[in-house]
Amino acid sequence: MNTTVSKLDEIRTDAWSGGKSPFAVEYGKLMMWFFLLSDAFTFSAFLIYYGAQRFSKISWPDPDVVFQSIPGIADHGFPLVFVGIMTFILIMSSVTMVLAVEAGHRNSKREVVWWMIATIIGGLMFLGCQALEWSHLHHEGYWWGSFPASYTGLDTVGALQFANLFFTITGFHGFHVFTGVVINIIILLMVLANVFQKSGSYLMVEKVGLYWHFVDLVWVFVFTFFYLV
Amino acid sequence: MSAEHTTHDEHAAEHEGMTKKKIWQVFFYLLGITAVEFFIALYLLPKGIVGHGIGNFAYIVLTLVKAFYIVAYFMHLKFEKFALKTGITVSLVFIIYFIVLMLIEGNYQFIHMN
Repeated sequence: MNTTVSKLDEIRTDAWSGGKSPFAVEYGKLMMWFFLLSDAFTFSAFLIYYGAQRFSKISWPDPDVVFQSIPGIADHGFPLVFVGIMTFILIMSSVTMVLAVEAGHRNSKREVVWWMIATIIGGLMFLGCQALEWSHLHHEGYWWGSFPASYTGLDTVGALQFANLFFTITGFHGFHVFTGVVINIIILLMVLANVFQKSGSYLMVEKVGLYWHFVDLVWVFVFTFFYLV
Repeated sequence: MSAEHTTHDEHAAEHEGMTKKKIWQVFFYLLGITAVEFFIALYLLPKGIVGHGIGNFAYIVLTLVKAFYIVAYFMHLKFEKFALKTGITVSLVFIIYFIVLMLIEGNYQFIHMN
């Protein structure tokens, strides 16, 4: 018998030759990625619709005029300051989340717990800021279907769309932050109950981390298209 | 089986990927980019040093850079397998298509319905 292995009989070990996943990530993590991709499409649809509306209107509210207050400190004259604080809080909580994931890789329960708590506090601070901003705008007359009386004539068309889309999009994002905080709390309780210590892997922290970073990612876009452009 | 060997390598790469130092480095990139955006919004635009067209273009480019850092480093996508990286990023081409589609539509409405 000839022992030379023909080309076809050679055992192949590359990514797509079977026997293992070409993605090399755990099932739940892969599903989280797929979910986030679908969520990215949802948010894109919202923001792109916002862009299309803005393109189609003769006038549109000026963000530097709409967002110029710091609730509780100054009523006007500080464009972008408050949203800057909100952005900083969310980026900061993304950092504490990734630090929790990093601590999880080292199986350091104590560090995971503290970074998770920091992340949850960051999320709650962001939600608090958003509540302040919403109530401030509501007092000024913005809400679904309504806008301040200062808009007259043709300006009302853009102002109405702006008000509707602002509350819908930041509301949908805020809902994501809220669910993120809830899921973070659940995972924190699981960490405290030694669930991951026993299973030997903090992969679950990584999965909720992916969701949390995605929420931060969406905010980066919301921030640009609502507050800057 | 070589599977065990590969997983071991991946874990090594993972630890190499996101050290504490790297995390803070990315944080300062994100903070710096946001600071540049504020500089454009609060100084360059009001003083008329750059026009709104250039300003908006800069905002969008800077936003995409921030998005890259969040997805690549915080979400760890840069250190995943090629198949996952491409699978996720190439799918976003539909978003680009939708942007083009809807902005043309918005522009059409601007011309014909106002």
